[in-house]
This record gives sequence, structure tokens and C-alpha cells, in this order.
Amino acid sequence: MTENKGNIEIKNVSKVYPNGTIGLKDINLDIKQGEFVMIVGLSGSGKSTLLRAINRLHDVTEGEILIDGQNITKATGDKLHKIRRSTAMIFQNYNLVKTSSVYRNVMSGRVGYYPAWKAALGLFTKEDQEMVKTNLSRVNLLDKYYVKARDLSGGQQQRVGIARALMQEPSVILADEPVSGLDPKTTKQVMNDLKKLNEEDGMTIVLNVHSIGLALKYSSRIVGLKDGRIIYDKPIEEVDKRDFKEIYREAGDDSHLDAGDDVEAD
Amino acid sequence: MAQSLPKRSMMKEWHIIGFTIFLFLVFAVILSAQATGVGQEFSADQFIDLWTKMASPDWSYIPAVITPLLQTIQMAIVGTLIGCVAAIPVALVSASNIVRNSFVRGIVRFIMNLVRSIPEMLLAALFVAVVGIGALSGVLALSVFSFGMMFKLLYEAIETVDEGPIEAMRAAGGNRNQVIIFAVIPQVLNQYLSFFLYTLEINVRASAVLGYLGAGGIGLYLNTTLEMFRYDRTSVVILAILVVVVLVDALSNKLREALS
Repeated sequence: MTENKGNIEIKNVSKVYPNGTIGLKDINLDIKQGEFVMIVGLSGSGKSTLLRAINRLHDVTEGEILIDGQNITKATGDKLHKIRRSTAMIFQNYNLVKTSSVYRNVMSGRVGYYPAWKAALGLFTKEDQEMVKTNLSRVNLLDKYYVKARDLSGGQQQRVGIARALMQEPSVILADEPVSGLDPKTTKQVMNDLKKLNEEDGMTIVLNVHSIGLALKYSSRIVGLKDGRIIYDKPIEEVDKRDFKEIYREAGDDSHLDAGDDVEAD
Repeated sequence: MAQSLPKRSMMKEWHIIGFTIFLFLVFAVILSAQATGVGQEFSADQFIDLWTKMASPDWSYIPAVITPLLQTIQMAIVGTLIGCVAAIPVALVSASNIVRNSFVRGIVRFIMNLVRSIPEMLLAALFVAVVGIGALSGVLALSVFSFGMMFKLLYEAIETVDEGPIEAMRAAGGNRNQVIIFAVIPQVLNQYLSFFLYTLEINVRASAVLGYLGAGGIGLYLNTTLEMFRYDRTSVVILAILVVVVLVDALSNKLREALS
């Protein structure tokens, strides 16, 4: 559905927090359309910061990030909102409005296409209402259309999050540890949904994970972060499991490596 | 050897500080009672006279009470509505998760705290002086009062919403208004309605006495019957207010339960 859209260029990006903590240090990444990039690393290695820098939920201190050639680090107002519209995000805590219906949560992914007053009055077009149904059936949740988000299980909430992301008709999906709260079975469902979007729709996917196992199974490229720096960046064909010793060395053991044998162990 | 409790100091063993504060408070109560003359001009005869008269209400007075009673309720509803709607934008501007600029928030909150510090009776007196005797001044007083109250309840509710959906809406390319409409309002809507009913409850009670100052409603009848020593009629007025307050409270409680 997208013609060569979904390229991300990250050039010399650094981020220092106001308290002096270094979030990111001299990051250079060139992500092409259709890649499925997994960012691995310990907690605090800068994974989340990097992901949130891409759609500018976090500002960076230095460098620039281009989404399909458009500089998001400098964009303001409408231009920023338009770029964000093309990069959908999925969250660890799902970030749904718990008291709203599934329909309304999914529709909220479409806000970027409406002026605020129209959205406030619920004046959504027929096509967009159809789109909600289509996207909900893609994640197999059409029967939950009227249900309140808080009445869904974690896995279902995350899939509603994916349906919401799809409403943006994005070329890039950023996923911040989307499966860390889920059991192995739902993890598989969610990851398969994402894989499908990557393969069938050609969406670029950038995803943070703890589990090397998941990274080995689903990604086309693995990027390792440590202390805000990229210490590893290889396409999946060249990845050797032993490489992860470096990334996880400070964890004090190699237990993460075992996960490589069995996806469902994590 | 058996273990023993740790030793406490004399002060703590005998709760010296607590007792001292208690004695001080008792002393303060006695002093202020003397200063304000509590109990000195109490007349048992008059007290009994009032109660006996009030014990036999003049039921024929009921029809005369109905219209002002309805007016009281109307004043409360209109006043609450105006105040609570007006409070929405101001509460949004004061919430730290909506407006990041702490200077703007500080100024708005300061002004609103001034508004909230004015008691409703004083507001009524002011409005009677400005727009004259009648229900309008009562409505205005209740509006300002509800405005201040709803403002505080609402901005605190807004500040405690789940930040997740706000982040999600920003990530989806929403501007500030869209974030408010999709991430904030759905999260505080039920609370808002609940606050509205609570404010209405308080305003019904408050508006019953506003008439005392000439600000419309049943309070005026309370005033006149007392001045004419028609305590039998006063008791009808009080009973009528009681019935309305109890009904409104019960209704509002039921609705608020349904909301949560």
C-alpha cells in the first residue's frame, strides 16, 4: 500500500537529559522501507528513548532524524503532526482509554485526519467507520466492537492498539516493548500480526524487545544498544547468537541467550 | 533471658505532648466561649415558645411555599450549570499535563484561588448590591461559587488521568485540542458528571438561604415568617427545604453511584 515510504534516517543523534544523563550518544541508523528492525538491550540502554525520538515524543539534543526525507527534529505544528501521522506507535502499556469503547479507541487513531471540532462531534466519514471494522477484523477483534477497553485481556488490548495504529495508515510502526506484559501465546499472536503488516503491507517496523529469542525469530535486522550507543547492527543472516554476550554482559549472566532456543520461554 | 520492651522517654511514656495540647484546647474553648458570650443571653422561655409554635406547623401555608421552592431549585440548577461549564476551559489551562507553562498555570490558579475564597453568602450580598434584589443575583452568586468549586475538583481530576492515552494521541499526530478530546475528556467525563451533581447538591442547600439576602428563592420566606414571629409557618418552610434537600441528595447519590 505504500510506495517506497517508510524510510528512516537517523544522523548523529545524541540526547542528554536536563539532569546530565546521557540518553543517546551519536546514533546513526539508516532504516529502509520494509525492514523489521528489532532493537535489543538492557533496561536503560536507550531503546525507548531512541524509539520516542523517531516520532519526536522526545526531543533530541543533537543530530537529525528524517522520515521519508522530512526532518522531524525541526518540524513544528501541522508539519510535525503530519509526520507523526505516518509513524504509528504501539505501547508497552497499550495506552488505550480504558473507559471508552473499542470502536472509539480504534477511531482515535484517525484524529490526525480531522479538524478537532469534527472529531469532537464524532463526525467521522462512512469510509473511516468501515476502516475501523476492517482493521478490527484484521486483528480478529470485530466482535469486541462495543466492548469497553478495560474489559479486554492484555493481549486483546494490545491488538486494539495495533488496530488503532493501522487507522493512521502509517508507513512506519514503532513498537515499544509491545509484548513484555503478555503470555507466550498472546505474544505470538501480536508478533504474527506485526509480521503480517510487515510482509503484506510493506510497513517498516521498529520494535524494542528484551527477548533475543523473539528478535531472532521475527526480525530482519537486529540493532543492539548499550549505554545509549549502537554496539551492534547486523542483518539477520549474519547474526550469531554468541554476539549477544556483549549486549547483555552487564546483566551478570547469559540467561538471555537461552531464550534464543525457544521463543516462548520469555 | 526474656526480652524486654525498649525503654521510652518520660515524655513519650506519659504522652506529655498530647495531654498538653488537649489541656490547651480546653482552655482555648472556655476563653472563646466567654469572649463571645455563649450561653449568657439564652432565654429558655423563648426557646420553648419557638419550639411549641414550630411543633404545630401551619399546613395551609404550603401552597404559598411551592413557587419560591421551585425557584430555589431552578436557581441552583442554572447556577450550577453556568459555573460548571465555565470551569472546563479554566481547569484545562490549570492542569500541568495540558499546559506545560508553569507561569500561565500559576497565574490562573492564583486568580481562581481568590475567587474560591469568597463565601457564597458574601457573593450573594455583592450581587444583590450590583444587580439588585431577585433571583438573578442568586443565580450569579451560585454560578461563581460553582465555578470555583468545579474548577478545583476538575483540574485535580485532569492531572491524575492516565498519561498513556495522551502519549498515544500525540504519537498519532493529534494537536492539543485533539489530545484533549480523545485522551482527556473520556477519562474525566464520569468524574465531571459526578462533581456536577455534588455541586448541585451543595447549591440546593445554599440557595435555600440566599433569599435571606434578597437573592431570590425560599430564603425570603424564611426571613419574613421569622420576623413576623409566625414560627408555625417557619417550620413549614424548613420542612419544605428539608424535603427538597433530602430528595436532591438521594437522587444525586443514586446517579453518582451509577456513574462510578
